[in-house]
Amino acid sequence: MKFAILVFPGSGCDIDMFHAVNTVLGNKAEYIWHTEANLDGYDAVLIPSGASYGDYLRPGALAQSSQAIESLKAFAATGKPVLGVGNGFQILAEAGLLPGAFLRNKGLKFRSGKTKLTVLNTESTFTSDYENGQEITIPFAHEFGNYYVDEKTAAELESTNRIVFTYADGNADGSTADIAGVLNETGNVLGMMPLPERAVEEIIGGTDGLPLFNSILKRWSENNVSQA
Amino acid sequence: MTKVNVYVTLRESVVDPQGVATIEALQTMGYKEVENVRIGKLIELEVDGSVADIDARVKEMCEKLLVNKVIEDYRYEIGEVAGK
Repeated sequence: MKFAILVFPGSGCDIDMFHAVNTVLGNKAEYIWHTEANLDGYDAVLIPSGASYGDYLRPGALAQSSQAIESLKAFAATGKPVLGVGNGFQILAEAGLLPGAFLRNKGLKFRSGKTKLTVLNTESTFTSDYENGQEITIPFAHEFGNYYVDEKTAAELESTNRIVFTYADGNADGSTADIAGVLNETGNVLGMMPLPERAVEEIIGGTDGLPLFNSILKRWSENNVSQA
Repeated sequence: MTKVNVYVTLRESVVDPQGVATIEALQTMGYKEVENVRIGKLIELEVDGSVADIDARVKEMCEKLLVNKVIEDYRYEIGEVAGK
């Protein structure tokens, strides 16, 4: 399975993502610089965290001017998986591929560490290797982690099973409905603020992020076997 | 040269964490009369004034990039700048 890692000026966690896919999972990931914008031949797109364009204007906002976003929209429309973590989630929301927007953390400070999440939907491309209701521990690092959707949208996300992860330890940054990760309507785009690529090896951050990547691989091989 | 000021504020329905911290500071300092603080931003554009549909284009810029309507409201003023 071939992954593209979309890299913008200011992306900071692209190397972590590359390491997770190539070294830990033993698959193939390649960096795609945002002006190249050719996603042909890739099976999934990963949008890493960091601070694209210095977080100027709003986090993720200026990435919209990049050619890569048009290619990304076309890629997402084919139904192939797109995962945005941290700033990658903010880019997906700003590009309109996911609902909602981001506010400064409720406590106004940048925070980082590990957070507990509850897995709410194990049917998705990204979560089939988790147990329903499983509590997992995933690192995070953000100043604009305060995810906002209006009440109506939050209720809709909930009733359609699109809230995949919620914060299980207090939601200190103030996200609506404790949301930590959401899917798009068709279920092939996931955005999450915590950083699963930092939890793929016992020696650094635990391995609770591994099932996410394994779920993507599993779904892909199922689809490719059935097509053959 | 035409100058455009775009004022961006968080929507009323959105809690403004900076505003909340600031009103607490003001009240601690004795300014008890302050009842609400909302913090926004001012974006100044200098635009070629010969463009015909400047109002429509500024609105488009706001909707497409400068403002995120999920959380923000905006208004703008268009004015001539002398001497440029």
